[in-house]
Amino acid sequence: MSDEALLARYRRAQRRRRWAVAAAQAALLAAFLLLWELAAARYWVNPMLTSRPSAVWQTLVSMAASGSLWVHVGVTLQETLAGFAIGMALGMGIAVALWWWPALAAVLDPYLVVLNALPKIALGPIFYIWLGHQWSVYGMAVAISVVVTIVMLHAGFSEVEANQVLVMRTFGATRGQILRKVVIPASLPTVMAALKVNIGLTLVGVIVGEFLSARAGLGYLIIYGGQVFQMQLVMTSVVILAVISALLYLAVTWAERLVSRLLHLPVRS
Amino acid sequence: MGRPRIALEEVSLTYLTPRGATQALAGVSLAVYPGEFVSIVGPSGSGKSTILSLIAGILQPTAGRVLLDGDPVTGPSQRVGYMLQRDYLFEWRTVTENCLIGPEVQGQDMARARGRVARLLQKTGLTAFADAYPGQLSGGMRQRAALVRTLAIDPDILLLDEPFSALDFQTKLMLADEMWSLLRTEHKTVLLVTHDISEAISLSDRVIVLSRRPGRVKSVHEIRFAGPERPIPFKARGAPEYSGYFHRIWAELDPPGEVNRNVG
Ligand SMILES: Nc1ncnc2c1ncn2[C@@H]1O[C@H](COP(=O)(O)OP(=O)(O)OP(=O)(O)O)[C@@H](O)[C@H]1O
Ligand SMILES: [Mg+2]
Repeated sequence: MSDEALLARYRRAQRRRRWAVAAAQAALLAAFLLLWELAAARYWVNPMLTSRPSAVWQTLVSMAASGSLWVHVGVTLQETLAGFAIGMALGMGIAVALWWWPALAAVLDPYLVVLNALPKIALGPIFYIWLGHQWSVYGMAVAISVVVTIVMLHAGFSEVEANQVLVMRTFGATRGQILRKVVIPASLPTVMAALKVNIGLTLVGVIVGEFLSARAGLGYLIIYGGQVFQMQLVMTSVVILAVISALLYLAVTWAERLVSRLLHLPVRS
Repeated sequence: MGRPRIALEEVSLTYLTPRGATQALAGVSLAVYPGEFVSIVGPSGSGKSTILSLIAGILQPTAGRVLLDGDPVTGPSQRVGYMLQRDYLFEWRTVTENCLIGPEVQGQDMARARGRVARLLQKTGLTAFADAYPGQLSGGMRQRAALVRTLAIDPDILLLDEPFSALDFQTKLMLADEMWSLLRTEHKTVLLVTHDISEAISLSDRVIVLSRRPGRVKSVHEIRFAGPERPIPFKARGAPEYSGYFHRIWAELDPPGEVNRNVG
């Protein structure tokens, strides 16, 4: 058989495999929804406690019609994106400062380790008191993402091949030039990995922040639904949240691909 | 001969690491005059790369002085081009962009630099790979790209650390001839480190032999060929004087005393 024919056959097999996986994934979701609906309809479980897909769907439709869906989704999204941007920018800035002044990094190292290990959620009430009900959500979102960003990026910067930096020094490059032309491009895969980790973490921070203090947003809806014992409201919010987090993750992955291709970087899996 | 372009006066260097002190050089003195081509040979670990790093200003001597045109070296200079022992190309830049990093950093006229890089890539047979990324190059091609990157800033002093070591024999001879002629016509001052005695003899006006670590200058060999003009390296390898030099330097070279991490 010719190489082309072999390659075509190989590609067909690969394509079939991908389709089979996608089909199995869809079937799994359908089976889960079906079982959930059936279990609630037949009273295998108490629908008061579990709600059911059809009720979730109705809630979704009526919330969309009344417009409240968009308000809550909008609030959560806006807080997440803003928190994400602030967390990344702040983390990036501090990581650069630590790279620039290694002595500073050496001094701050144990504090960063402790801050990184500390469950940031414990800070929620403090933010609430300091920042009030509206801004404490941002405090939570940034707190939860910024330390990881600093630690990840600084580790990435420090791992840049010392001899690539040396090449720059032989040309008499300034520290700023070394940062811009070697350290940042060489660590872009790490920056991308940090983005991926952070989008999820920021969402956690926002939801927890909303649990504690908010008057709107999906976290607020979940807490409210729990308090008034409306499980369909809780479940609907969770489903929306799942969709949002998946979309945000996809967006970051897509951005990563784009940047990697533009800058010819290896995509880190 | 006037004042040396490069001079080391009783230079010693000890590397300090948390695990201990390693004396790499012990009182090395040498001089290279403007337009000269000088080679350093010596066993692995004898401090050859260390000498180049001192002249490039990225290391400071523990004792002694390193001078460029009589002035002590305090840091990297735009007049000095240093080709490291390994290429360390930037994977995110094309070959051309890699070669332009020096002019870019030094704020040189980029249009002129582009022209120079294009010419050098052609001389080194890399034109077809000008827009390729380092990941697509063979080891020998990467080394040639690193050589072009060093020459791109048009320095008048060149420090070359085994610039031809990753090349096959044929390419090595051809490229050595090309580079030698180029550097001669441009009157560059060159200090070349190599393990290859034939390469050292065929290219150089003088060959400096270093002792085993800690490195000292063991002997210096003036390389002269009969005739009005210096033969090109390829011809020099066949000249009657060649084998005499080869045997003398060969006899001077210490066998490597320890298996060194830096080999290759
Ligand atoms: N950064 C460093 N820290 C500690 N020791 C070092 C360092 N660089 C080199 N050395 C030691 O100094 C000695 C001289 O090193 P150098 O790299 O100058 O040798 P070389 O002659 O270039 O060897 P090779 O032919 O293998 O390239 C070696 O014993 C090496 O182990
Ligand atoms: Mg060396």
